[in-house]
Amino acid sequence: MNLTLLILVPFITAVLILLARGLQQIRVIGLIGSLTQLGLAGWLLKSFLAARAAGNNAAHLFESNQTWFKALNINYHIGMDGIALAMILLTSVIVVAGILVSWTMDKLSKEYFFLLVLLSMGAYGFFISLDLFTLFFFLEVAVIPKFLLIGIWGSGDKTKSAMKLALMLMAGSALVMVGLFGIYYNTHTFDMVQITQQGIPVGVQKFFFPFAFLGFGVFAALFPFHTWVPDGHASAPTAASMFLAGISMKLGGYGCLRIAALMPDAAHAYSWIIILLATIAIIYGAFATMMQTDLKYINAYSSISHCGFVILGIGMLNKTSINGAVIQMVSHGLMTALFFAAIGMIYSRTHTRMVAQLGGLLKAMPFISTVFVIAGLCSLGLPGFSGFVAEMTVFMGSWQNPDGAYRLATILSGASIVVTAVYILRATGRAIMGPISAEHALLADATWNEKLAAVLLIAGILVIGLAPFLINHLIMPSTDAIMLHLDKVTLIK
Amino acid sequence: MSNYFYILWIPLLPLITFVVLGLFGRKYLSGIAGLLGTASLLTSTILSFVAAKQYFFIDGKVNGVFQKIEAFKYTWLEFSPNVSIDLGMIIDPISVMMLVVVTSVSLMVHVFSLGYMKGEERFATYYAFLSLFTFSMLGLILSSNIFQVYMFWELVGVSSFLLISYYFNKPSAVAASKKAFIVTRFADLGFLIGILILGFYGGTLDIGELIARFTSVNSAQYISITGASFLGASMLTWGLTLLFMGGAGKSAMFPLHIWLPDAMEGPTPVSALIHAATMVVAGVYLVARMFPVFSMDEAALNIVTYVGAASALFAAVIACTQTDIKRVLAYSTMSQIGYMMFALGISKNGGENGLGYMASMFHLFTHAFFKSLLFLGAGSVIHMVHSNEMKDMGGLRKLMPITHIAFLIACLAIAGIPPFAGFFSKEEILTAAFHENKIIYGIALFTAALTSFYMFRLYFNIFWSKETPATNHAHIEHGHDNHDAHNNHGEGPWVMKLPLIILAACAVGVGFVPFSQLVTSDGKALETHIDVMFSIAPVALSVLAILLAANFYKNQNDKSDKVASAFGGLYTAAYKKFYVDEVYLFITKKIIFPFIGQPIAWADRNIVDGFMLLLAKTTAKISELIKGFQSGKVQNYAIYFFGGVAVLSILIIYIWK
Repeated sequence: MNLTLLILVPFITAVLILLARGLQQIRVIGLIGSLTQLGLAGWLLKSFLAARAAGNNAAHLFESNQTWFKALNINYHIGMDGIALAMILLTSVIVVAGILVSWTMDKLSKEYFFLLVLLSMGAYGFFISLDLFTLFFFLEVAVIPKFLLIGIWGSGDKTKSAMKLALMLMAGSALVMVGLFGIYYNTHTFDMVQITQQGIPVGVQKFFFPFAFLGFGVFAALFPFHTWVPDGHASAPTAASMFLAGISMKLGGYGCLRIAALMPDAAHAYSWIIILLATIAIIYGAFATMMQTDLKYINAYSSISHCGFVILGIGMLNKTSINGAVIQMVSHGLMTALFFAAIGMIYSRTHTRMVAQLGGLLKAMPFISTVFVIAGLCSLGLPGFSGFVAEMTVFMGSWQNPDGAYRLATILSGASIVVTAVYILRATGRAIMGPISAEHALLADATWNEKLAAVLLIAGILVIGLAPFLINHLIMPSTDAIMLHLDKVTLIK
Repeated sequence: MSNYFYILWIPLLPLITFVVLGLFGRKYLSGIAGLLGTASLLTSTILSFVAAKQYFFIDGKVNGVFQKIEAFKYTWLEFSPNVSIDLGMIIDPISVMMLVVVTSVSLMVHVFSLGYMKGEERFATYYAFLSLFTFSMLGLILSSNIFQVYMFWELVGVSSFLLISYYFNKPSAVAASKKAFIVTRFADLGFLIGILILGFYGGTLDIGELIARFTSVNSAQYISITGASFLGASMLTWGLTLLFMGGAGKSAMFPLHIWLPDAMEGPTPVSALIHAATMVVAGVYLVARMFPVFSMDEAALNIVTYVGAASALFAAVIACTQTDIKRVLAYSTMSQIGYMMFALGISKNGGENGLGYMASMFHLFTHAFFKSLLFLGAGSVIHMVHSNEMKDMGGLRKLMPITHIAFLIACLAIAGIPPFAGFFSKEEILTAAFHENKIIYGIALFTAALTSFYMFRLYFNIFWSKETPATNHAHIEHGHDNHDAHNNHGEGPWVMKLPLIILAACAVGVGFVPFSQLVTSDGKALETHIDVMFSIAPVALSVLAILLAANFYKNQNDKSDKVASAFGGLYTAAYKKFYVDEVYLFITKKIIFPFIGQPIAWADRNIVDGFMLLLAKTTAKISELIKGFQSGKVQNYAIYFFGGVAVLSILIIYIWK
């Protein structure tokens, strides 16, 4: 089982897209490529579970290590644990859905599909990297396409949004780079496995942890570095929004988790700051969402709130909360992609995203409206959907911390589920329900490709929501391994 | 004991119906959706009766005590080896009793809807949602894990939301559904934190385990939870009170009741099922389920008692003034649930003093039948006159003889007139209150009299009052105008009459169920008897109240208006529902939105993002400044070079040394 396939498949797809001619050829190649990714991810899951069942308890499976640049000790070291696998599965599902909703993208379609596929390549590379430099390399691969996708195919004030997004993410990358080089100069290796074994001096951890963590935090929309999220999402074309919220923001959460595991002492020392920022993001994001009038802004701001749960779970530094953070990453990825897909479908028909100008869409487009409602119910944490599982796991985990301030953070974050219900139901009540205007009454419902994309994402949401023991089974051993590092604390807080 | 495993099918059948109708109903099954849903539920109902017979009369009892049986358990989501959300099924007297109640009432509503909702465009969707609700409610009842209760709790809430907003193009229905969901969501936050507290100290989420650990005063869990305190109350009190907050939200207890009257925007059969007989008693059920733990904490039980009693009285006063017949019934429901709540609150666990518990469950049982009958009767009336307002009704007894008799029976039952069902259960509650707490007894007695008054005010206004029946078509509850019943001035098809007849029979008969032998706090039979001397006072008061209502409303006169104006401000306040809605509106619209939401949204755009923008601009400015250095002129470079050398030399010579 060679994990490099995960990078090769998107690479070959991208090259073929460049060689193809006409929208029809391009999108078919894109779809076949993305389905291959999905199949590959499924096969990985099967082999992974088979290996685990056969008693292979190594932290990372399918490892491979090749020297890349010997002088600086940079290796192409890849491997995969359950958490990485969960993120890979998430990515592959979103890529297929994203290609499907872009089916009629006829403006510069070659470049568009090329960039989408390139972005997915960056994400896969990022998730399988066990070498910090390789990790950083793929992080950058995943940033550039976003700038172009928004700048060229976007809507509204797209230049400004694209600039803001690219600059902030680049600044985040720069912070990450400082953190990673700091680690390198003190351990003389980029190899994550080696670093966790030999440990990093506490002083070094405390100095470089903020750089790396906040840097990834920018990607994960950590308060106050979240301001690229609303504009970026609102301006991006549908598939780019889906990729941005569904995949890119997860690069940040995943990076934060890995950094915390690499520098456990610093993670414990700064835990209260992380939790403070996460709690602010959750509450603040929720209230800000309540006041939005544009569907895309609603979902973008709610993403800030939901991604706060990822950071909160990581910041609480216990097994249950970290499990919850990982599930929340997958859940939020699927849900928010579904939301953006539904919003894109509505926008392409009504040419407006303003809630006040919509109404009663359920009558004209029952399928799209149902998708919207399902995404909404998942967002407000209804049992049966993935959001409930993720949030409850985070709550259960964070409540285990008996400190009063941590309890308060948990309660405040819990209170956000009430605000979530308010903004979701306001948007739904106004746009989906109520009387429909005469011009919207004749609009057509979803086409086959849109239906397929929605069904795929909903299936993902339901699998986690109805059978959470499956994902739990997948990620639990890996969180156990992370906890081993996190609990090896030399410094008592 | 796995011989109860078949009970799994009772919730599963409605779930399957939901999935099938939800996926294929609209396109392929719209013709037979109703029959499909009804048939599936009929099977569930039969299974429930089989289960009840088996449990209560064959093998539920061991040595004279009803056993708790865990028929099924599956670890659904594991947090840590001891703490997990399990999907389980608990079989005990209250869950079996509730199975019977929920499936029976739901079946009646399914049948009634076959006529009432006929011709609706989203007929299949309606039955899909009804099935979803029934599944969730049955799941809630059977839950063996406190988090499992919470899950189904949320699912019942969302089914209620979907059904209230069934006429989704009506803005008032949408607003009502939002209100119902958000208010109960707020209450559920309390429930969730309560679960976290109990789970943390109990070290488990399993209800049976929690009860076992918190009821033994020597257990480590009991010692730690009562030892910890916050703001002067023990964590046990906090946990239970927050749990009760969730229950109070679902059961529309003051001050979390504001959603229930508005929820009447949903189709009337839905109100009968969800907002009268089943979902709204979930809060009572929750307290009963956790009762052994509640009984360990006096403070939490007192809260239950006084919130219940206050709600009972408060709602009864408002019910006397409302003119929308469904709203009268909604307040009446709230009042009766208040009865059930305080009956639990004054009860002890086990033995003779557990009378309140048994009475509460008994009242829940009888109330489900006569209240759903009242709603379905009201549905029949609304179906005919196309209005919810009393003023559009009157003299209907001649046109709707079956509805009339059924409604009268239900009114007598809720008024507590022997031998109708409500008499027996109410009598037990009053007896328990009399022995435990005289203040509560007084409130209960007064509320009982008010209940009789407003119910018969309703009855006389609908069926007597004017002599010529109203045929007002101005107000149309349905979203459709091509309703075939429009031109049909009968009582509707037999599918609408049959449930009324069956439920009327229940409203007469279920009081004779030997309830105290079956459902008690400790599983042992309780000896109760109706004391005639004790019953005289409440029954006499009820009769007097009925006579008063007859005097006011049987024929058209202005006596009631005079009395209303005599009460003056009190009447207006009650008519305006004591302005509780206005308080909520003030808090949300005047405080939360302008003082929290808007400032945050503004600050995000202007301060946080503004700061980021400032960073970018400063960077741009600096680069603008320093780009002058790279002018390409050798002379300038030479100056910088020599200047640099000079500065460095000074630094090295004088500072570095």
